[in-house]
Amino acid sequence: MTERFWLPARILHWLMAVLVIAMLFIGAGMVSTVSRTHEWLFAIHKPLGFTIFVLVIIRLIVRLVHKPPPLPADMPAWMRHAATLSHWLLYALMFFLPLLGWSTLSAAGYPIQLAPHVHLPPIAPHNLALYTFLRDAHGFGAYLLFFTYLAHLGAALFHHLVRKDGVLASMLFGKNPAG
Amino acid sequence: MAQNPQDPNSIIGQLSRNKGAAALIAAVVGVVLLLFAWAGGWFGGRLGPGKIADALQVHDGLHEGFRRAHTKGYCFTGHFDGNGQGTRLSVANVFAQGESRVIGRFSTGGGMPDSPDGRLVFRAIALSITAPNGEVWRTAMDSTAVFPVATPKAFMAFLEATSPVADGKPDPAKVGPYMAAHPETVAFINYLKEQPLASSFVNTRYYSINAFRFVGGDGQTRFVRWSLDPTATPEWMDKGNLEKMPRDFLFDDLIKRAAAGPLTWDMSIQLAAPGDKTDDATVQWPEDRESVKVGRLTIDHLITEDEGPCRDINFDPLALPTGIKGSDDPLLAARSAVYSSSFRRRAAEGPHPSFATEHKP
Ligand code: HEM
Ligand code: HEM
Repeated sequence: MTERFWLPARILHWLMAVLVIAMLFIGAGMVSTVSRTHEWLFAIHKPLGFTIFVLVIIRLIVRLVHKPPPLPADMPAWMRHAATLSHWLLYALMFFLPLLGWSTLSAAGYPIQLAPHVHLPPIAPHNLALYTFLRDAHGFGAYLLFFTYLAHLGAALFHHLVRKDGVLASMLFGKNPAG
Repeated sequence: MAQNPQDPNSIIGQLSRNKGAAALIAAVVGVVLLLFAWAGGWFGGRLGPGKIADALQVHDGLHEGFRRAHTKGYCFTGHFDGNGQGTRLSVANVFAQGESRVIGRFSTGGGMPDSPDGRLVFRAIALSITAPNGEVWRTAMDSTAVFPVATPKAFMAFLEATSPVADGKPDPAKVGPYMAAHPETVAFINYLKEQPLASSFVNTRYYSINAFRFVGGDGQTRFVRWSLDPTATPEWMDKGNLEKMPRDFLFDDLIKRAAAGPLTWDMSIQLAAPGDKTDDATVQWPEDRESVKVGRLTIDHLITEDEGPCRDINFDPLALPTGIKGSDDPLLAARSAVYSSSFRRRAAEGPHPSFATEHKP
């Protein structure tokens, strides 16, 4: 039977998968339109992004206290390295994108309201050169996250459909099909 | 990657032995990619903020570092003093009795940084009001009670139809059909011609134009528009003389009047009655709708854009405090998106000296 990820890690993985993918679509959608969709997507973008920030901190703690199951021993070394690298890239982007979004708004001198009466303080000085850098970095990071996620999705399916090595199953719930 | 297609254990080797799985993986990844491209507006010619910002640049030329509209402007600082009357209508802290700090900007309509003031265009005031509890309310207001178009699509059509062609003038072959299709724009032009024209920024009345919603302490939501009513004596100017006025006469007059003492306006909140259109900025509500005076704006200091605090602010009309919300007016979301696009562009280009370097208080 394949060893699985710790249950909290699996729950966080799928919860955040839904939220992060939703955020990517919301972000790309909101900057693409002048319709009223822009307004409500941006209103969701900020609090949802902040939620992801809180969740990723919990997730990183979970990751550090509970080692994940080892990758299959017969995986080539380069594939193992690619897997490790892309996982840390995903963690890094989930952690830094909300911070970049928050500091983008700070450097632009915007009020940062998440919900009625809920405000965040600025975390960067009001400075338009800095805003330009942060805004570009937020956009670039978001698209990098999307393509890293696509590779991640492709790799998971490859493990499951081609290698049939139980790697996808190690992140699933219910009866263990490999068991 | 040490990948040799001949190697049966390489990814390519394994995929070519599992053509069905390979196709399935490609299809799933491809569909997600297409959905994302769709979300990002890659198909179907969705009207995005960049297209409107581009059209503004075509209309009035590209002036790096400047706002894509209301380009010629001047900063000020002051305060807003709520008189407590507004708390019945909105829980926004700015309406409680007390002083809020204000950073603002006067501007004239159009996208050129040193255009002549003697044109029949919008005069405008933009405010960023920080209430005692720290919440910020931004509003950009014009000197007309109505706007020439009701939707972003119509705004885009307006820009395209009225952009200058070869001889520097709009193409009548485009303007004609546009006006025929947009009676609201014709009505606006007539309104501009008929309305008396104030002699100064200081005795001009400014309007939110768009409708918003106020959320009251009783939980009730009301559709409203607001205006700034000048306390200065009304004086009108002859529109026939506009073209003969010195290039910067409005701003020079402003600087002179501000030197003589604080400038003040009263803010009124106009309440919609059932049936009033809240999603159409081309339609005025009747003058006799209930209106509540909620406080007074005082401008203490003028300062150029180059040295002042307003240049680097985006007066996004949807930057609203708790107690004020957008309405169903489609211009609001469009303004928010396009102001953001304009802001990003001018930020990336960096500041350029404004006309005001030669017109200091
Ligand atoms: C995992 C979290 C996040 C993801 C995946 C994400 C994704 C995106 C994407 C895809 C865009 C469009 C970029 C472009 O086309 O240039 C965007 C824009 C933006 N995001 Fe985020 N974002 C996240 C978190 C946040 C947070 C927490 C904030 C603020 C509190 C934020 C503020 C912004 C802003 C201000 C923009 C630009 C809007 C404009 O220029 O009009 N983001 N985001
Ligand atoms: C679809 C409709 C509109 C579009 C696309 C549009 C576009 C713009 C743009 C691009 C800017 C420059 C923003 C910046 O770089 O900070 C601007 C500024 C401004 N707009 Fe509009 N606008 C629209 C409707 C309106 C309406 C209805 C009003 C009146 C209530 C208005 C009042 C102003 C004012 C006062 C400013 C100057 C703000 C400042 O001083 O920074 N606009 N507009």
